[in-house]
Parts: sequence; structure tokens; C-alpha cells
Amino acid sequence: MNIHEYQARELLAKAGIAVPPGVVATTPADARRAMERLGVPKVVVKAQVHAGGRGKAGGVKLADTPEQAERLASQILGMKIKGLTVTKVLVVPATDIASEAYVGVIVDRVSHSPVFMVSPAGGIDIEEVAAKTPEKIFKQAVDARYGLLPHQAMALAFHLYADVAQVRQAADILQKLYRAFVDAGASLAEINPLVVTPKGEVIALDAKMNIDDNELERRPAVEALRDVSAENPMEVQAREANLTYIKLDGNVGCCVNGAGLAMATMDLVKYYGGDPANFLDIGGSSNPEKVVTALKIITADPNVKAILFNIFGGITRCDDVANGIVAATKQFKVDRPLVIRLTGTNEKEALKILEGVGMRALTDMDAAVEQAVKLAKGGAAA
Amino acid sequence: MSIFVDKSTRLVVQGITGRDGSFHTKQMMAYGTPVVAGVTPGKGGQKFEGKVPIFNTVAEAVAATRANTSVIYVPAKFAADAVFEAADAGVELVVCISEGVPVLDMTRVWPYLLEKGVRLIGPNCPGIISPGRAKVGIIPGNICIPGPVGVVSRSGTLTYEVVYQLTRAGIGQTTCVGIGGDPIIGTNFIDCLAAFEADPATRAVVMIGEIGGTDEQNAAEFVRKKMTKPVVGFIAGQTAPPGRRMGHAGAIISGSSGTAAEKIAAFEKAGIAVMKRPADVVALIQARLKAAKKPQASRPAGRSAKARKPARARKPAKPAKRKK
Repeated sequence: MNIHEYQARELLAKAGIAVPPGVVATTPADARRAMERLGVPKVVVKAQVHAGGRGKAGGVKLADTPEQAERLASQILGMKIKGLTVTKVLVVPATDIASEAYVGVIVDRVSHSPVFMVSPAGGIDIEEVAAKTPEKIFKQAVDARYGLLPHQAMALAFHLYADVAQVRQAADILQKLYRAFVDAGASLAEINPLVVTPKGEVIALDAKMNIDDNELERRPAVEALRDVSAENPMEVQAREANLTYIKLDGNVGCCVNGAGLAMATMDLVKYYGGDPANFLDIGGSSNPEKVVTALKIITADPNVKAILFNIFGGITRCDDVANGIVAATKQFKVDRPLVIRLTGTNEKEALKILEGVGMRALTDMDAAVEQAVKLAKGGAAA
Repeated sequence: MSIFVDKSTRLVVQGITGRDGSFHTKQMMAYGTPVVAGVTPGKGGQKFEGKVPIFNTVAEAVAATRANTSVIYVPAKFAADAVFEAADAGVELVVCISEGVPVLDMTRVWPYLLEKGVRLIGPNCPGIISPGRAKVGIIPGNICIPGPVGVVSRSGTLTYEVVYQLTRAGIGQTTCVGIGGDPIIGTNFIDCLAAFEADPATRAVVMIGEIGGTDEQNAAEFVRKKMTKPVVGFIAGQTAPPGRRMGHAGAIISGSSGTAAEKIAAFEKAGIAVMKRPADVVALIQARLKAAKKPQASRPAGRSAKARKPARARKPAKPAKRKK
């Protein structure tokens, strides 16, 4: 799950990290009042959206007066960044900056552990730094059983600063960042930039955290940070039904059990010259109701010209899926051609259920995909 | 022969009385897997299906039944502790089926198992089956037949699809391992490839990967340097957009790394024949099994630039009787 910058800042502040005050605004007038409330000569108005590269997209602007803050907020609110509409801005005091560093911690699959990455070359071009001058990125793997040890935090901080007072401040922030990372069940937590002010204070100017979806069940307070308005509505509906749905740009709607098979099905659609409209995994123990929701979601996409079911029954029972398809066609009009492939657990029962309402099913994946692609292109079924 | 599980497996099922645990324990027993014990705290002293003794702890189960392998069907939030418990009880192999295990839990499990010398398969995996010998997990037994091909995969149903294609063509399997789709897993491709290389009965290997991470690239490097047996590979997710998690927690393209194209290129460089679609597995494997039967002298000696040759053009294979 993604959370917004202002939410990540709150989590860091809760862990004891110094973050400048900030106010969230959802209207331009709110942004003006936010600046008045902060009572500072300059503010930064920042788009709150689940996408990187906000600054480069024009979603981060400096304002000298409350009126200017209002005007800039009116430009930023409603703007689209990487396809996502901005509905909130964060108004923060502009900070004088002596230097910008990057600090972050992620779960690293290669070392099977959390890994800290720090760089004295922080700021908006950190990806470029990582790609072009990897020697400027310093790493430290953490044994999760013991956490980030004080000496490890100091060693990382010495890569950032020469002044020992700043090193100590940064080491303290790194340990608190690790605490916030673990407490939130995050898969990534980063501060970019971590700045030194002209007075020599080390402060977190920006914050980003991604939460491991598997942590949310045991962390209701973190789950409560979810901003449904920042997500695709169809994806939200799918998640609530325990389906995984990701919208794509093609016209062959796909409904598959299992993530690997779902990806392979999309690939096969492409192989036969078509374009998948979505990734949709109905998961393991599927009940007919899930299939109904899946069909609702797929048919709600106006681009979809044909719908392909690819089910390999294991835990998933083919008859459950067949019953779901039949139930859906009774509840609403499925006005696009269906191609159904079912094999595995209770395949025979499923075929009988479908034949009972005059539907046909195939048992071969290639044949089904080929037919769905043909139908999506406006051709007749084989 | 087979890898990791066979007739000497003595299985304890953690979560044997749960919905999934009980259903799949019956399936494993029907397949002939030696299920010697079950564990559900509070139900110690009872019997599962009138046959399998249930214990309160894994330690008791191991002491009483000499179980050497554990399979875990407990809810995700209890899964990490279940793995710790199995390792503490002294089993050699733990297979964790549970889906949705928090990855930070796995960062604590991983170093612990390494120090104890315990092998973990999974989590979030379909388990492992050695056709005709033992099945530990949820892979449907009826789609597998015994034979010479080892299968290793990050996925569940996609593995079934590929195995089903092999079986329909009459090509059997030594062992099929589903290693799981999470970012941190106990056993990776290389562990399985090394085991298949050492298994005298395995004559060819199918490796099914997907987008995200660098495991497939590292595995390809291992194949290039260490393997004499032919390997056929597939990568799912060629049409996946970057930055979106495709169901599996581990299946995500971040930046330009972890793409299908990158992995396929690594396969081709290592001489792994790449399947363009699951159905290709039959022809590619058949060609390699046939080529392996020919006398060694007829094989080309040098490495060829083209990966899609019927025989893997590499140094002559060592005799199959190699031990680890």
C-alpha cells in the first residue's frame, strides 16, 4: 500500500524525527489559509499523489505570499501526475538548505534483510546518482533480529557528513527511521532530501513510505491511512472482494486463477496478436460470488471487446467458477463474448453446468486465448 | 530418484485440523505420502481421520514420531512462528504453504534457518511433489507422472499448466518444486537447480520464472557455469507494466530491473532454451531428452551463440551418476 508524503511525515514525527510543520489542503483557499497559519515568509506547495517525480511534473512549487500559494494550489490540485489526479497538497515552510542527502531503508530480496542506503548526493536526481555513480551510494544490511546497531548508524552517517555533530544527528535519525519502518510494517522508508540547514541542523524535508500489504491485517492504524480516492475505483472494488485487478490498455478482458498463470495468459494474448485489458487473479479458494464481482469489474471497462476465463483448478474448483459465470449472466447482461477455458478439479461438473445454460468451455489454454483474441478483433468464434 | 522429498519423508502437518490443512492432509495421505503426525495446539491426543496422531507442539510430534519434514498450513500471521517452531524441533525440511506472510517476518526467519541448517521451501508456495513417491503441499497429484524432468517454479497454477502439458505428452517428472512468489523465500532457483544436477534420475530441468528481482538472472549464471543437464525456461509477465505488483509480492518491475526481457536475455546467454509460451515446453524438452540419449561423441563441443538449438551446445555432459 502506498501512503502520502504527509502521512509518512506523521509516522516519522511519531518516531521522534524532526520534520518541519506542514498543513494539508484540499482547496486553493485552504492552501492560502495554511500559509497564513504557518506564519512563514515562504512556503512550498507539494502535490500529494502516489507517484514519484512530482517536482519534475510541476507538482511542487514555491510561494512568497498566501495569494500566490492559493494560485499555485489551484494549478496543482486536479493536475494529473503519471495518470493519477492530485486531490491534496501539502503546504510546508520553505527551508534554507546547505546540503541535501538521501537516506532510505528497503527490504532487499538478495540479502534477505532490510538494507539501508545513504548518499551525500541526495535530492531529485537520486535515481540518476544510483544509475550513473553507484559508488556514491553506501549500503548497510541489517540483521532484522537485532535492528540497526548504533555503530552501523554512525558508519552510515560518516558517509554523509564530516562534522561530528551532524553525524550524530544523522545517526539518530537513521535509527528512528528504522524504528518507524518496522513499526509501520513498511517495505520502503526514505527521506529525500535529508537536509542540513545553514545553522547546521539536520532535518527531514520529505518522506516516503510503502507498506507491505501483508502487514495491514495486524496494523489497523496503518490500514486506516489508505486513501481510496487516490486509487483506481475498479482496483478498490476488486481488493474489497479479495481479487487482484490491475487495469491495462488492451481489449481482451482476462479472468484467471493464480498470479503466474494470469501473467502467462496476458503474455499469450499478446503472443496471438491481441492486447490484454487487465490483470485479474481470482485467487485460490474461489467462491461463485467472487467470479460475479470479477465479471462486473471486467465488463465495466468499455475497452473490453471479449472476455477470457483461464482456470486451472487446484484449490480453485472449476464448478465454483462455472456457477459464478452462470450467476453473473443472470444478475446482469454480459454483453460481450465469453471464452471459457477450464481444466483440473471438478472440470466435468463445470462443463455440465455450462452446457445446461448453452455455454461451451474449452480445455486447452492456447485454443481459448486464440479465440478470445479473434473475437476481440471483431471476428467470429471458431 | 527425486529431490527433497521421497519415500523416506516422514511428514508432520502444522495446522492439520484447519480448513486447508485437513483437506490437503487427506489428499497427501491418499497420494501415499507418509504423514506421521499433525500439530494443533489444544488438540494433542486426538487422531486425524482416526489414523494420524495429533500433538500440541512440533517438538512432541518429532520426539514421538521421528518426523523429518514439516508442512505449514497455518494463517499467515502465525506462519513465521510456525517455521521457527519446526526448526527448533529439529526437522530438516519445512514447507510453508501459507500465503500473505509479512516480509519483515521473513527477514527474521531467514538468518535463523541459515544458522540452524534447516531448509525452507516457500512461503506462499504450492509445495513439492515427487510423482509416485510423496507430495508435500497442494500440487494436484493427478497432473503429475513419474519421469526424467525436474520442474522448479515461482508460481502455483502456472506450474500446474506446464506440468499438465508435459504429462499430456507422456513426459514425467522426478520432482516439481514451487518455490513461492514472495520477495524473500527459503529455497531459490539455484538450490533446486543444484539438487537436480546432482539427482541421477533428472535428465532435464524446466525453470519457470517471472518478473521482479534478479533470481532468474543469478540462476542463469549458475546454469552457464555449473550445470551439465539441459534447462528449458519460461518467464511470465512480458506484458506487465512497471511499478505494479502483479499479484505476487515479488512480481514487480522496479525501474528498469526485473523485466521479462532482461531475464530472457540472461537465459539465452546461458544457453537455456526459452519457451515463448507454456505449450512450447513439450517440444523443447522432447528435443533435449532425445539429444541426451545419443552417444556423447555426436554432440557438438563448443558453445553456440544460438540458444534455440535442439541440443544444448556445451561441453560434453558428465556421466549422470554424479553425487553432490
